[in-house]
Amino acid sequence: MNVEGCFQLMGGDFTNAGAASSELKSTLSKLGVSQDIIRRASIAAFEAEMNIIIHAVAGTMHYVVNNGEIRIILTDMGPGIEDIELAMQEGYSTAPDWVREMGWGAGMGLPNIKKNADRFKIDSVVGEGTTLEIVIYMRKD
Amino acid sequence: MKLKDIAGLIDGEIIVKGKADSIDIVSVCSSDLMSDVLRFAAKGALLVTALNQTQVIRTAEIADIAAVLMVLGKKMEKDMIELAKEKNIALMVTHLPAFTVCGMLYVGGLRSCLEE
Amino acid sequence: MLKVSDIIEKIGLDIRVSGDMHKYVTGCYISDLLSDVMAHSKDGELWITLQTHPNIVAVAVIKGLSCIVITNGRLPETDTVKKAESENITILTTSKTTFEIAGLLYNILRSE
Repeated sequence: MNVEGCFQLMGGDFTNAGAASSELKSTLSKLGVSQDIIRRASIAAFEAEMNIIIHAVAGTMHYVVNNGEIRIILTDMGPGIEDIELAMQEGYSTAPDWVREMGWGAGMGLPNIKKNADRFKIDSVVGEGTTLEIVIYMRKD
Repeated sequence: MKLKDIAGLIDGEIIVKGKADSIDIVSVCSSDLMSDVLRFAAKGALLVTALNQTQVIRTAEIADIAAVLMVLGKKMEKDMIELAKEKNIALMVTHLPAFTVCGMLYVGGLRSCLEE
Repeated sequence: MLKVSDIIEKIGLDIRVSGDMHKYVTGCYISDLLSDVMAHSKDGELWITLQTHPNIVAVAVIKGLSCIVITNGRLPETDTVKKAESENITILTTSKTTFEIAGLLYNILRSE
């Protein structure tokens, strides 16, 4: 199995926010991936997608399904993360109040991604952008 | 509890039927923070919220939530209703506040979603 | 009518900031959206929320809420605690979910 896809994400586009993760979810369903794995992959992707919509100007989500794993790579042109350790803490957020009023920005995004991923990596440069790599194994072994 | 029984109990109006006839709601998640919803084993649950944004439906889709109940009679954008139809997620609205709805559903035997 | 202290005793909430425990609880309001609470909550209500941000204290003061209950095991931020202490606002926490706390409180307030 080798399936991949790529989506363009626009910062601030709350109307279409989540559409990429939704499509990833339906692709994984069609591939017959198990429910639990689909759930974890789509939650991690959705949180990462929302982070780009909330914080960045634009970004991409690229996924590859092969070798028994789902790899999701999100790259954005955004503000970057100053303190990754702090950003990983539950409840820590730099989102403005209006984002909180839209039901996001309560500081659960990155912790949720980490929780659902088997492997998770953040590379970030302040003022340039952030790359997230999320890997979820499709087999338990 | 069937969706139409829930609607009867909390004076709700079903806006999008989704798979309402076949679903039996046993658990409820009350939240306006979508990341929080994603932390729960909410498969087949009812989401009670006052957040009238399309991302509520996206969240429901991603988390396999069966139905969304909008409280306080909040107006919903056409986009939100259309997305619910497309994704086959039941959508209901009530003029009651979240506390009353949760209280009535709790007394009616529904239980909370559990954190994963 | 029940006081904040009675509610704590009846459903077992953890006290994070001990404000005026003698305030009467006139009802409950659930919301994680501050603008919603500003618009719809009523004087003396107990507020159930997931928000931990310092702004929750300002909302509770302005709306005259009897106390704040933070659910799902979340804890108030350090600044939130400081602000609540200086404003004499009670903050309670619980590992239970919003729905469960709502159910328990609904039963208690109904039987009053």
